Order: sequence, then C-alpha cells, then structure tokens
Amino acid sequence: MGMTIAEKILAAHAGVPVVRPGELYFAGLDLVMGTDVTTALSAEVFAQMGAQRVFDPDKVALVNDHFVPAKDIAAATLAQTMRRFAERYGIRHYYELGSSGICHTLVPDEGLVSPGDLVVGADSHTCTYGAVGAFATGIGSTDMAAAWALGESWFRVPETFRVIFRGRLPEWVGGKDLILRVVGDLGEDGARYKALEFVGDTIETLPMAGRFTVCNMAIEAGAKTGIIAADDATREYLKGRATRHGVYHRPDPDARYARTLEYDVSGLEPMVACPYSPANVKPISQVEALPIDQVVLGSCTNGRVEDFRIAATILKSRGVHPKLRLIAIPGSQAVFRQLLYEGIVAVLAEAGATISPPTCGPCIGGHMGVLGPGERGLFTTNRNFKGRNGHPTSEVYLSGPAVAAATAATGKITDPRTLMG
Amino acid sequence: MASPVFRGKAITYGDDVNTDVIIPARYCTSFRAEELALHCMEDLDPEFLKKRRPGDLIVAGNNFGCGSSRENAPLAIMGAGIACVIAKSFARIFYRNSINIGLPILESPEAAQAIAEGHEIEVDLGAGRIRNLTTGASFTAHPFPEGIRAIMAAGGMVGFVRARLGVDAPAQPGRERKRSQG
Ligand code: SF4
Repeated sequence: MGMTIAEKILAAHAGVPVVRPGELYFAGLDLVMGTDVTTALSAEVFAQMGAQRVFDPDKVALVNDHFVPAKDIAAATLAQTMRRFAERYGIRHYYELGSSGICHTLVPDEGLVSPGDLVVGADSHTCTYGAVGAFATGIGSTDMAAAWALGESWFRVPETFRVIFRGRLPEWVGGKDLILRVVGDLGEDGARYKALEFVGDTIETLPMAGRFTVCNMAIEAGAKTGIIAADDATREYLKGRATRHGVYHRPDPDARYARTLEYDVSGLEPMVACPYSPANVKPISQVEALPIDQVVLGSCTNGRVEDFRIAATILKSRGVHPKLRLIAIPGSQAVFRQLLYEGIVAVLAEAGATISPPTCGPCIGGHMGVLGPGERGLFTTNRNFKGRNGHPTSEVYLSGPAVAAATAATGKITDPRTLMG
Repeated sequence: MASPVFRGKAITYGDDVNTDVIIPARYCTSFRAEELALHCMEDLDPEFLKKRRPGDLIVAGNNFGCGSSRENAPLAIMGAGIACVIAKSFARIFYRNSINIGLPILESPEAAQAIAEGHEIEVDLGAGRIRNLTTGASFTAHPFPEGIRAIMAAGGMVGFVRARLGVDAPAQPGRERKRSQG
C-alpha cells in the first residue's frame, strides 16, 4: 500500500521506510518558526528546560508581525524578549521591522521552506507552507521550545483527505473561494487531525498566491496540514529564493485516503464566511447588500501582491464608499515595495484606502483597525470568531480580495462580477 | 501530574469553543496564567469567572480549543483554577499544549454528552475514570497513546526535555505553573 504526500514526508523525517496513520513518531525538523506573540513564552520555557543551545540556529526563524509596530508597552516587551533571544542564540533568520512581514507571507518568500520539508511553527496557520509541498503544522510555545532544544518534535501520522478541484475558475473567483467552500462543507472540525491533499487541474493551474491561500485555511477545518504537490510552478517560485533543492513528493497511486471530496469549480460563486465561524460559508448571492463599516485587505491569507492587484483593478477610478473605511495591509515589506513600484499604493490611496505597514493588526484584533461595538467588517483574513477582531458584538465576514474591493466601493457586500459587468 | 483524583462541579460548553474566546488575543501580550485567568472565557461566557470555583471542571463538546496556537488558552484555564477539561474531542494544538503544560484533559464523548452544568464530577486521571456523582454514571476516557504518556509522566514537556537533555539541576523558578489559589 502506498503513501500520501504527508505520510512520505513524515516517513523521511522519522527515518523509517513507511508510516501509517495513527502511529506516533519523533521526527527531525527543517524549520522552527516563531513570532513576537509566541516566542517570549518559548524563550522562558527554553531556559526552564536547561537547554544551552538551539539545535541549529539556521533552522530557526523569528518574525516580528503580530503586534508590530509595537501596539503598547507589553507588546514592545514581547518583541524585545524575542530580539534578545535571537541575539543570544545567533538566530540568522530574525526579521525586524523594515525587512519583516507576516510570517506566512515572509517565510516562504524568503526561501526558508523547500518541498518535502517538515516544519513546525508557533502559529496555527503554519500549514500555509504546504503550498510549496512541505508538511507544515502549528504548535504552541512549549512545543517550540522543545523543538529548539531537540531539533525534533512528535507527530501522530494523520489520515489524509484528498480534495480534488476540477475545471476553470470563473473570473473574480480564486483560491479563497475554493478553500472557503471546502471549510464550509467540512465544518470547523470536519478535518480535525487530518492532512488535506489538494489536487486536480484547478490546483495545477492555480498561481502560487492562490495555493498559499488554500493551504493557509486548512486549519479552519481542523486539519493538521494542507499540502499541494510541488511542481514546475513551485520550482519557478523558489528560483532565487530557496538555497536547498527539496524533495518533490507525489502521492503513490495506491495511497490510502480516508475521504475524497470532489469539486467542479467552473460554476463556483464567490464565497463569504459569515459570523462567527470560518465554516459558516455562504455563496455571495445569499449575503449581498449587507452594509459594511470597514473592509480589511491583507493578512497571511490574502496579503500578497496578486491580491492587491485584484483590489486595485476593481478600485481604480472607483472611490471607497464614503461611509466605509478601507484598510490595506501589505503582507510584508517586500510586498509593500512591489506595490509601490507597480503604482498600486497610489491607486489604493487615491481611492481612499488607509495603507498600513505590514502587520497582523486587525486580523487578530490587535491594532490598526479594531472594530467597535456592533460594527460590521468584511475582511480577507481567515477567522471571524466572536471577539477576535474587536468588540464581542462586532461581526466579521470573510471573503477574497475581489469581493472585499467591490464591497469597499459600494459600502455593502457586493459581487465583483456584477460590479465589473 | 500532581493530583490524580479530584472532584468539582461541571461548567459546560458546546462544540468548537475556540481559543479566541478562551482568551482573546487582546490579552495575549501576557503569558502569566494568573493574569490571563482574569479574562478567561469573557467573550463567550461573562459569568464564567463568577461561577467557577477552584477545582471545577470544564465539560465541552467537539473540537475544544480550536483556532489559534496560543498556549495562553490552556494557561488561562489553568490560572482560573479549573482542575480538568473533559470534551468530546480536542483541537490538536490545544491538546498538545495542555499535555505540554500539564493541564489535565480527558477525551470522552460519552461523559461529555451525559454531564450537565452543575453536576458533581470525580476524575481519576491516572485511570482515566470519570464519575458523575450527581447521577451515579461512570465513564472511561480514551487512553493516551504511549508517547504522550511519557510526556505526562515527566510532568509535561519541560520535564521531558530536561530528561532527554540529561539536565540534572532542578528547574529554574520563573514561570508560574501552579494553579492559582483563589
Ligand atoms: S495575519 Fe492573522 S492569521 Fe495570519 S499570522 Fe497574522 S494573526 Fe495569524
């Protein structure tokens, strides 16, 4: 019996020829990623563990993104703790303001993840890196400290669900709509402890930006990871970024899948997740015309250049609706620079958007656009739990960048296909 | 784990209780259990802090602790004096975090289904036995896999790693790992 991609990567890192779902292994790690919000606790636990050194300072990444630029003294102190840890243990992949960005945008763009890698990150959306054919999953701060000390982590081999997308995506429909549809169908725990393997001609032709979005939200269905087989598009993306070649795993033809989901996407509508769950997904036709106070474009889900190109196309020559606030947050400094070069910052600013420095900010209810009592937002982020983005009575709808931009133009939830004709 | 048998009242919740409602990110600039405890569950159940007594249990549905990886969530629950969380199932990162920091958790769909708010519960953690003293029913929780039992036997991940690294000196004081007294 063959293996899925997730099983192949775990077997290779556990040093065994074959793994089967349910087995537990300690496996060696290629990258351990932490952020300003999770690293300070890990640093303290690392000291309690009596560890003298980090297993491999080049396999550790530390990223300033969540509460940056420091939103208050407590946040500044967390960042300071991470900075000191990086200095003390010689962490080379330490990202400071000015060259940093949201971890899941930055880390793959910096070439720190290669196909076939086994990665853990003290952030639940670490599964994003599955888009380059890696097995990547989120852990907590104590697990991260243990990973720094040991260079390995324990894994229970997950069963794999195969998600097949076939057909050509309609205009203004993209990766976010694909994954929202899947999360809506599976529910918040439909893929709990599973790996999701995304396949099919839609995925093969989906640009890397869309693949990152798809894998990013695997966790929203409870999945341990989401994986897309690395291919020529991955190779092209990694050129000039990654220093290692990686292993381009493909699933065996007789690999065992616990479940298979199949979609024909050629008639897919833009999707929207309604409060208070990313699994409360509806086609846009069911939520259209709902007034919105604030739109946020950005996050590790949709903070890439491609996302802002879509938004700029829609907002060019259309102002932001006067009753609505549009906040645009480039996913990283590199994304910000590219948006400047392409004139997209100018388009968005002229339309009436507020441009924020790269940060998680409002995605986690930190700063830069927290919602007040009863306010309604439409965000391109990945979670809309009660109270996550501001006051517990505020509400957030989740969508892709096209719906978000169309909504920003009209002040109410709008189908980009009707707006753009 | 320190206290293998304990008794307390059940505080019940439904499915998909996420870490954003267990402890909102706006309080996650702290990772001190006693500070986090002051805001535990406040967006989901503003009465939680008033009604819970030290030693009480949380009993919940499927996928408890889903969402963010924040370890602040089990820390907040621990800080609030909750002795144990029983759920139909746990989200995987929350499960790992709880094992790692030594927050007792038990997975038992049958128990979670049968226990109602206010029921008096007795838990024998070592045996994985849950007794509903109010109704007289008893349940056996899903056993932990062997690898996880090794971490639990070491009192959590800190002890486990210290043993792996061969560190002999006692743990440095610093992070408050005990449950709050109040
Ligand atoms: S952008 Fe949002 S989901 Fe992504 S890492 Fe930041 S807080 Fe988490």
